[in-house]
Amino acid sequence: MRNIHAEEITKIVRKLCIEANCHLTEDLKSCIAACRAAEPFPVAQGILDQIIENYQIADQQSVPVCQDTGMACVFVDVGQEVHIEGSLENAIHEGVRQGYQDGYLRKSVVRDPIDRVNTGDNTPAMIYYNIVPGDQVKITVAPKGFGSENMSQIKMLKPSDGLEGVKAFVLKVVEEAGPNPCPPIVVGVGIGGTFDKAAFMAKKALLRPVDTRHENPFYADLEDELLEKINALGIGPQGFGGKTTALKVNIEACPTHIAGLPVAVNINCHVTRHQSEVI
Amino acid sequence: MTKKITAPLTHEVARSLRAGDSCLITGTIYTARDAAHKRLCELIEKGEKLPFDVENSIVYFVGPTPAKPGQAIGSAGPTTSYRMDAYSPSLIKMGQTGMIGKGKRGKEVIDAMKEHGAVYFGATGGCGALLSKCIKSAEIVAYEDLGAEAVRRLTVEDFPVVVIIDSLGNNLYETGRQAYLSSCEE
Repeated sequence: MRNIHAEEITKIVRKLCIEANCHLTEDLKSCIAACRAAEPFPVAQGILDQIIENYQIADQQSVPVCQDTGMACVFVDVGQEVHIEGSLENAIHEGVRQGYQDGYLRKSVVRDPIDRVNTGDNTPAMIYYNIVPGDQVKITVAPKGFGSENMSQIKMLKPSDGLEGVKAFVLKVVEEAGPNPCPPIVVGVGIGGTFDKAAFMAKKALLRPVDTRHENPFYADLEDELLEKINALGIGPQGFGGKTTALKVNIEACPTHIAGLPVAVNINCHVTRHQSEVI
Repeated sequence: MTKKITAPLTHEVARSLRAGDSCLITGTIYTARDAAHKRLCELIEKGEKLPFDVENSIVYFVGPTPAKPGQAIGSAGPTTSYRMDAYSPSLIKMGQTGMIGKGKRGKEVIDAMKEHGAVYFGATGGCGALLSKCIKSAEIVAYEDLGAEAVRRLTVEDFPVVVIIDSLGNNLYETGRQAYLSSCEE
C-alpha cells in the first residue's frame, strides 16, 4: 500500500484549477493556429486572430482565458494500491475552493438549481472516480463553461437508426447550437452504454488531445468525417460564417443493449481546458 | 470600415448601424446577466426606480472574473444572450439602445429592437483576457451580493464589437454564413 496524504491532493487540485484556466494545452493552440492558416474567409480569419491573441495574453499574464472559469470537473484515477490519508472527496473540494479563490477565478456555482444561491467558492466540484491498477493517482481538472454545456444534447436512438442516425444527430446538435457555444468548438461524442454512460463518455472525449485519433480506425474515420461535415455547415468562428466551425470531433464508444443506441454530444468551445498531474 | 461610437448610445446612432458593421465603443456601459436582469425586471414590474439610467444605455452581458491586483477588471468576455431574451424587451421599451453579448436572440427581442430602435452587438466569445484590456474602470452599482453577476458601471475605450442584429432586423448570423457558403461556390 502506498500512502498519499489528502493535503497533497488539495495542493495539486488547487494548482491544476489555476493552470487549466489560464493556459490552454499546446495541442489545442497548435490546432487553432493551423485552422487559422487554412481559413479562407476574411471575417473568420479576423476572429481567429483575436482568439490567438487572447490565449497569448492569458499565457503571458496568467489570467483566465475566458471569464467563465466553469464548473470544476475533476477526473480521478485512483490506483487500487493507494491509501489516501484523510478524505479524498473533501481534499478535492478544498483544492477547488483554494484554486478559485487564490487564482482570481470566477465563482459560478449555485447551491441548488432552483433557489440559485451562489456557493461563493465554486464548490462543489463535479468528481468522477475511476479505480485503476497500480499505486498512482492521476488527477485531471477540466473547468467546463456553460455557454457550450447548455448546447449539449443526448438522444436514445433506435438500433435501426444506425450509423447514419448517429451522424445526423451530431450534425443536428451542432446546427442547433449555431453561434451560441462560441465556435470554433470541440465536439465530444459518446456512443453506446446507457443514458448516463453515453453522456459521461461524451464529456470524457473532450479530455483527449485534439491531435490524436481514436485508436479504432472505424471511429477515427468517423471523427474525421464528422469534422468535415460540421465544417461544411458554414457557421464559422463566432457564427459569422467561415470554414472553422469545429476544431476537432472526439468520439468514445462502448458496448450497449440490444435495444439501444444512445448518443450524447457534449460541446466545448475553443477554450477547451484540462490539466493533469500524476502523483 | 470600423465605426467609432460612444456610449451612452442615442437612438439615432443605434438606428444608423447595420448588421456586419465593426464598431469600437468608448464611454460608459453597464453589465448585467441572468440574475441581475431578473431583479431589474422585477423593479420594472413594480414601477420602481432602476439602479442606473436605462435611457440610451448599452448593457453588456458579462460576469467578469475577479480583478487581480493592478487590474481594472478580470477577464470579461460576453455570455450567451438568449438567456436574457425574457428580460431584454422590457429594458428596450425603457430606452435601452444597445446590448453586447453573443449568440442568437428570440423574435420578441428583435421585434422590440425594431420597434424602439435598438441594436445587438457581439463581442468575441471566449476572449475575455483580450476584451478586458479595453475596460478602463469598473465599479459595482447594484446587487453586490450577486458577485460576478452584480451590475457594474464600466468605462470602456475602443471596445471591439460587431453588429449582429440591427434595428431593421438584419442578422449577421444569417448573412455572414450565406456569404461564406456563396464564396465556396464561386
